Amino acid sequence: MSAPDANGGSADRALAFFQDRFSLDDASLATALDTALERQVDYADLYFEYTTTDSVSLEEGIVKSGDRHLEQGVGVRAVRGERQGYAHSDDISVESARLAAGTARAIADETKDHAPVAIKTANTAHDLYPVGTAPTDVPVAIKVDWLNEIDAYARARDPKVSQVMASIVCQHKHMLVAGSDGTRVADVLPLVRVNVQVLAADGTRREVGYQGAGGRFELEEMRDPAKWKGLVDEAVRIALLNLEAEACPAGAMDVVLGPGWPGILLHEAIGHGLEGDFNRKKTSAFSDKMGQRVAAEGVTVVDDGTIAGRRGSINVDDEGTPSKRNVLIDNGILVGYMHDRLNAELMGVEPTGNGRRESYAHVPLPRMTNTFMLAGEDDPEEILKSVENGLYAVSFGGGQVDITSGKFVFSASEAYRIENGQIGRPVKGATLIGNGPDVLKRVTRIGHDLALDEGVGTCGKDGQGVPVGVGLPTIRVNDLTVGGTEG
Amino acid sequence: MSATQAEMEAVVQRALDAAARAGASQADVLLVEGDDREVRVRGSEIEFVKQAQERGLGIRALVDGKEGRQTSIVSTSDLAPVAIDRMAAEAVALAKATAADPTAGLPDGGFAEEIPDLALFDAQDRNVALDARIEDAKRAEAAARDFDPRIDNSEGSQASSGYARVVYGNSLGFVGSYESASHGLFSEPLAREGDSMQRDYWMTSGRRLSDLEDAASVGRKAAERAIRRLGGKSIKTCEAPVIFDGLTAPSLIGQIASCVSGYSIYRESSFLGDKLGEKIAASEVTIIDDGRLPGGLGSKPFDGEGQPTRRNTIVENGELKTWLLDTYSGRKLGMDSTGSAARGTGSAPRVGTTNLWLEPGEKTLDEMIAELDRGLIVTELIGMGFNPTTGDYSRGAAGLWVENGEIIHPVEEITIAGNLGDMLQSIDRIGSELAWRGRTASPPIRIASMTIAGA
Repeated sequence: MSAPDANGGSADRALAFFQDRFSLDDASLATALDTALERQVDYADLYFEYTTTDSVSLEEGIVKSGDRHLEQGVGVRAVRGERQGYAHSDDISVESARLAAGTARAIADETKDHAPVAIKTANTAHDLYPVGTAPTDVPVAIKVDWLNEIDAYARARDPKVSQVMASIVCQHKHMLVAGSDGTRVADVLPLVRVNVQVLAADGTRREVGYQGAGGRFELEEMRDPAKWKGLVDEAVRIALLNLEAEACPAGAMDVVLGPGWPGILLHEAIGHGLEGDFNRKKTSAFSDKMGQRVAAEGVTVVDDGTIAGRRGSINVDDEGTPSKRNVLIDNGILVGYMHDRLNAELMGVEPTGNGRRESYAHVPLPRMTNTFMLAGEDDPEEILKSVENGLYAVSFGGGQVDITSGKFVFSASEAYRIENGQIGRPVKGATLIGNGPDVLKRVTRIGHDLALDEGVGTCGKDGQGVPVGVGLPTIRVNDLTVGGTEG
Repeated sequence: MSATQAEMEAVVQRALDAAARAGASQADVLLVEGDDREVRVRGSEIEFVKQAQERGLGIRALVDGKEGRQTSIVSTSDLAPVAIDRMAAEAVALAKATAADPTAGLPDGGFAEEIPDLALFDAQDRNVALDARIEDAKRAEAAARDFDPRIDNSEGSQASSGYARVVYGNSLGFVGSYESASHGLFSEPLAREGDSMQRDYWMTSGRRLSDLEDAASVGRKAAERAIRRLGGKSIKTCEAPVIFDGLTAPSLIGQIASCVSGYSIYRESSFLGDKLGEKIAASEVTIIDDGRLPGGLGSKPFDGEGQPTRRNTIVENGELKTWLLDTYSGRKLGMDSTGSAARGTGSAPRVGTTNLWLEPGEKTLDEMIAELDRGLIVTELIGMGFNPTTGDYSRGAAGLWVENGEIIHPVEEITIAGNLGDMLQSIDRIGSELAWRGRTASPPIRIASMTIAGA
């Protein structure tokens, strides 16, 4: 293989892995790409993946099962204009890649002479998650003991805790992408996640509390008792809180969103609508709004794949483009979409490092990485005091958006009434619904307390899940519809 | 599919043998091989063509511990003999690191004795060329675009065909296999009028291509649904009757099913946990899960543990009759499996539904609308606002507002909320139209009153 990449690190390790284990060298990559290029295609790429995932889970006080999964294969894509052919195989070899290339190129009829592909070393620009020990190499026995500690700690927190479910999920992914322009990039991506869910019971009433955390780093980082005990404390606190929670009010009201995970608002309301594919096809509520005001003054939203160790971070995207920090909304004005190669090409702009895929069995799409709003200057307590009566939403479950109408929804897992500027009674089952292109125009206060989430987000699009992050400072949004049951 | 049934059974046997050699006291193995094709047409362009072969091998190893069995699951797509031996050894080592669980283990018996032909595929369909499916997608797309001048864009129309062979075997001597297919067609057009832009969809799916609704009809219905959403607006917060249409009602039925899964019962995390034998819904409500409907998208001759699938009446005339159970959750509750084990290659058996539906009632949707004084028809639900532990329900919705039996205007940016327990009791109309578009089906349902939050 060619000389090591200039930046070294995970790129070198990934290249060596595919070379040693599967004999993938530059010459054989070029051969497979040549097969795709025998037809009239604009571009072709190969994506090799070898991923180990393991999870150990506990319930009813015992670690009942250990799982280990190996996912490996190659996906081959041929692109011509807006047209994409895709084929994949679970066998990592040049021969499989050649066969898949023969299938993928079927989108083009005409044959074409082409210059042989010359593979060149591309700079991966970042080394955001160097790890010494792969999380999947941490012995299972350590994970089992740790889960037992989590269980004991959670049960000791409160007698109302009646069930504890906890899991440790670790992933170690090797990827290599080679394009017909000669780009060849590889990466090794670790991913860890610790989940704690407790059930609290009080008489006949039962409520669940969940907290998880993770990112792209060594599992050892989560072993810090302060960290994992914090997770358990949160899960227990939320379950107990929900035991006391009342039905949520219904109707339009002013809402204060807490810092961190409530950034899912940005992900649903704004983020998806700014993905390049929807805007190229003009199916997004944000189509043709470039340069226009889409948020209140002071609102700046970025998608940043370059933050070390974050769940949504990537050294390069799954098409080989280095990740970037992309400003989407600058002081209220729409300034950027998120692009993969295909949509960037068709819209005549540069790819932004957002071409991501779930696995080798999936075609890349424009996807978010870590999406958040920059901090403002307001004191979070003052923001709460500014609201006479409304809702304070601190944590959320899932959300969803209709890209075309712009309507989004997300569900609070911890929320309180705001009464006379004070945090009041906890409420449960609050769902917030709004209109993406409109909601950020109604942001009236932005706190100085930007926080990123704990590292548990997975975004779904076209049936593909990818890990993402979100972040938000405390903000006030006026006149948002809250879906509860109380008038 | 490249491998024959005999070859696949040999792989399963090899994995079982390897697990036994490595020290497993029990094991079961699931092997799935399939091929998938997917095409998408947008406007007049073929936008996407995908062809793939997929396979997966999952081994569950059980090792005798002090007071029960230790369990692990490993999965891989590498079927080389040496890789299988390695995975089996890894599975046993992994199991030994876990705790012994007195409940864990294969079923004690009762495995499927015959494999009925459930019409899960049509051999003729295997010869249908990719071009024919492209043609289906083109016809759906053209019909959607031609339906109305306000349909000026789309996310495309997508056709898919997948074939799979499943082989399941265990160390108690059961080996079974079946072949299945699934075909689908989906169209998602956009309508535009002034500043309002709306999308909607329609779809059809089936085990045989001949089960599918006509492609042009799929496109037209999708377009009709998108057009009728134009000019949607929010409404004032209120309490009103809510009709779930045939596309949204199945999600409610699925949520009920998730709350009768044996796992959520023994974990005490279902709001229905203490309601077995009680009346949990209006008397007209009968909900059935049947894994042996001929041609059903959820049909299979045996479940993920080799137990014969069957017809389970979950709710009969409003009364909760059974949990859905696999072997493990059944043992936890002192009951027998209901043949409801669902299993993927990378996961342990869990409870799942097969073909799940609500029995239809008397009235057509049109008649239900005609007799509605004032209320909402829900045509789309978004978000995940359902808590199975409490039954609390609050989801984003879009639909149509009805007054005096007439649809007045489309509605959007609202939520509907209630508690699933109360909602089931207050179902006061069940429609007559039951159409299968997936593994769960329901006729339209009317809930007497829900909280609708809006402007």
